[in-house]
Amino acid sequence: MALLSVQGISVSIGALNPLEGITFDIDKGEILGLVGESGSGKSLTAMCVMGLLPRIGGSITKGSIVFDGRDLIGLPEIELRRLRGKRIALISQNPMTSLDPIIRIGAQIDQVSNLHLGLSAEAAKARSLELIAQLRIPEPAAIHRAYPHQLSGGMKQRIVIAMALAADPDLIVADEPTTALDVTIQAQIIQIMVELVRDRGLALMLITHDMGVVAQACDRVVVLYAGRVAEMNGIGEIFAEPKHPYTRELIRCIPRFGQAPGSLKGIPGTVPSIVDYPDGCRFNPRCSNAQALCRDQAPALEPKSSGLAACHFSEV
Amino acid sequence: MISFFIKRLLLLIPVFLAVSLVIFMIVHLVPGDPIDNLVQINSSPEQKAALAAKYGLDKPLYQQYAIWLGNALTGDLGDAIILRRPVSDLIAQNLPHSLTLGALALLFSTVVGIAAGALAAIYKDSWIDRVTMALILLGSTVPGFWLGLLLIMLFAVQLGWFPVSGARSWDALVLPVLTIGLGGVALVARVTRVAMMETARKDFVMMLHAKGVPPWRIELRHVLRHALLPVVTILSLRIGWILGGAVTVEFVFARPGLGSLLITSLNQRDYPVVQGALLMLAVAVMLGTLLGDIVQAAMDPRVRERIE
Amino acid sequence: MTAFAPIRTAIRSPRGGVSAAVLVLVVACALFAPLVAPYAYDIQNLPGANTEPGAAHWMGTDEFGRDLMSRIIFGARTSLSVAVTAISISVAAGLTLGAMAGYFGGWFDRAVTAVVDLTWSFPEILIALILIAIIGPGLESTMVAISIAYLAQFTRLTRAQIMALKNETYVEATTNLGAGHFHIIFRHLLPNALTPVIVAGMLATGDAIILEATLGFFGLGAQPPTPSWGAMMSSGTAQIFIAPWIIIFPGLAIAITVISINLFGDALIEALDIRNRLRSV
Repeated sequence: MALLSVQGISVSIGALNPLEGITFDIDKGEILGLVGESGSGKSLTAMCVMGLLPRIGGSITKGSIVFDGRDLIGLPEIELRRLRGKRIALISQNPMTSLDPIIRIGAQIDQVSNLHLGLSAEAAKARSLELIAQLRIPEPAAIHRAYPHQLSGGMKQRIVIAMALAADPDLIVADEPTTALDVTIQAQIIQIMVELVRDRGLALMLITHDMGVVAQACDRVVVLYAGRVAEMNGIGEIFAEPKHPYTRELIRCIPRFGQAPGSLKGIPGTVPSIVDYPDGCRFNPRCSNAQALCRDQAPALEPKSSGLAACHFSEV
Repeated sequence: MISFFIKRLLLLIPVFLAVSLVIFMIVHLVPGDPIDNLVQINSSPEQKAALAAKYGLDKPLYQQYAIWLGNALTGDLGDAIILRRPVSDLIAQNLPHSLTLGALALLFSTVVGIAAGALAAIYKDSWIDRVTMALILLGSTVPGFWLGLLLIMLFAVQLGWFPVSGARSWDALVLPVLTIGLGGVALVARVTRVAMMETARKDFVMMLHAKGVPPWRIELRHVLRHALLPVVTILSLRIGWILGGAVTVEFVFARPGLGSLLITSLNQRDYPVVQGALLMLAVAVMLGTLLGDIVQAAMDPRVRERIE
Repeated sequence: MTAFAPIRTAIRSPRGGVSAAVLVLVVACALFAPLVAPYAYDIQNLPGANTEPGAAHWMGTDEFGRDLMSRIIFGARTSLSVAVTAISISVAAGLTLGAMAGYFGGWFDRAVTAVVDLTWSFPEILIALILIAIIGPGLESTMVAISIAYLAQFTRLTRAQIMALKNETYVEATTNLGAGHFHIIFRHLLPNALTPVIVAGMLATGDAIILEATLGFFGLGAQPPTPSWGAMMSSGTAQIFIAPWIIIFPGLAIAITVISINLFGDALIEALDIRNRLRSV
């Protein structure tokens, strides 16, 4: 039984239906990559798992999200709030804006263990200091007293990670945790998260648009395209034998050492707009292999020789 | 914090010099001989000459300004033409009334305005929000003196709850404070409401929800605290407006105070009093702005750092 | 987009439509006062003083027996003409000063900014009172005082717009083509900066009506027998126990006019989508 199992969820926000039939699961101790271009619905999927969709005016119209045996859909807000931060934690996209700028760093970490573990002020502080030290941040006491604007982006992201760990969660949802950071810092942060999962047996849902990050960190990968799952498979299989033409294109776009200058190209065409999704397979206007069937009928997400993919012609 | 305070205080010196220069110039810009604007009616030529000598009216203008400013800083603002008393006495008599009224009105505007704005933002689009918005519109469009008159008609003349005018007892303060307050409440509530709604959209607020913090705690401890920053900024800029409101309201309620003193002496062309009252009001506005800056720095670590 | 398209959009919104209708009515009263008003504004009738509102005098009469409604209708002339003239002068001066300060920068900008910042922290009523102290009471003084009291606001707003536009590529291109400074300011920058300043001017007209009424109420504005909303209430304070309508109706006239200006201005801001540009102040 997977720790988190998302089954065929569809989301609507106003008249829009940005997600359709999203399906995946995560086990304890596993890192699942969720990849796709911007606008593919990655962050929305994170909001669904966090139960924060109503905050942005959205709702889940179909499907189930089962976490540790309980369906989160239909759970009262107060129950969801007890899970949030305690058992499911979020590491957000932009550390620069994720911390309250007028509250000391320490208080923001203390808040979590105080709230969810009922720790006293001193105990919460001791715990935060320990976490800060574990994340290899120098001078924990000084950092605990500092304000967010006094820290660099990489430091802030470590603080956000500390905040996520403060109540000992089972699942961490990391929404593009390194996008806003310098390339040199990116690798460090990913490294820290991978170690955390390995040491603590956490489950990590790592959202990224960077196939390089996926290759570095993930055990399994879900590829999203235009609000649907295109493909899901183990890390080795997906790189060795992608089943969906979109995945193939994504992998082709990773720059390689020794590549001939000018040979690196993007995927032709653009991501379709949510207000104007094409009929049939949503990738068909950009697919070099598209047939009449692809324009008429949306392919179902089906088991292939390994993993799952949504393509009429994946085996050819 | 202390170095910040001193820096701000020093910055006020050029402002004070500029404002006092304008106020000094009033007597010289008014048509006619300056001495006639300063001397009491029915004075003898000797008294006139003595006064002209005191103000150095035969000297160049900049020396006259220096003399006037020197006198003003040592508390000598000249003698009132009509009331025939030292202007400093008149100000000492009236200032406490204005200070009480201004401070109470400021307190009322801030407390009620923040509460109304916060409720309107938290219960956005509910009836609370709509009532607050309507009050904001009224408070920023109804002339203060008319509101004061309406309150007098209703609560003093019809219901007899409060005195019509004067400052003999504490309850005479209620209607004036309410009159200035409505404008102040409108301003503070509007800023609070918009600032809270803007803050609520920020990433860190979503992060707080993701941390599982209860919504009421997010609104009060985080969102409201942020919204107070622009409120303090606006208040520090607009403390002058609240004092300006006091000028009008004192006149309406026939209360003693700097505003009444100023309007009366303007109508009587009693220029030494006009100068004295304007100078005091200007100083009050400047000190009010300074107070706002200090509160702001105390609340926002980023502002503190930028200045230090 | 023609200049009238946003106005049409504003009028189509509910608050914009109602407020525009009220404003048209007020302006019509002011323009055609002699035709609209049932009586002359200055005919006294002492036996009929302080008459309650009724069939003959819809809003009653004042302490000299003059018809209050007629005086309010004529008063609209005074209030609107003073406010509109004063704000127009202020906007024109503010546009010029702000554009030059923003465009040329340097010591001129610093001097203008210093003066603007200085006056900014003082309430308009205080600035107006200082000016009235110098030039003496009266309607013309009120006009001058109001236009100077609001100058800082428009200068500041124009300067902010110009600063934002100055660095855009088309201005650089025009400069490189050898266009003169005044050509760039008047042909390229000002037309683009104009809209927010004019809308701010419209909103300030409402405040100016209140300021005019306040000065009139203090006895420092319009002098008798000129009908002015503020001065009418001033003389009404003596009758507050017996003839409250002398205070109620002129105040209502001000409140309705100013609320309409604010609502229409707000609808216009929405239609033009310039709320952010106005906030740069």
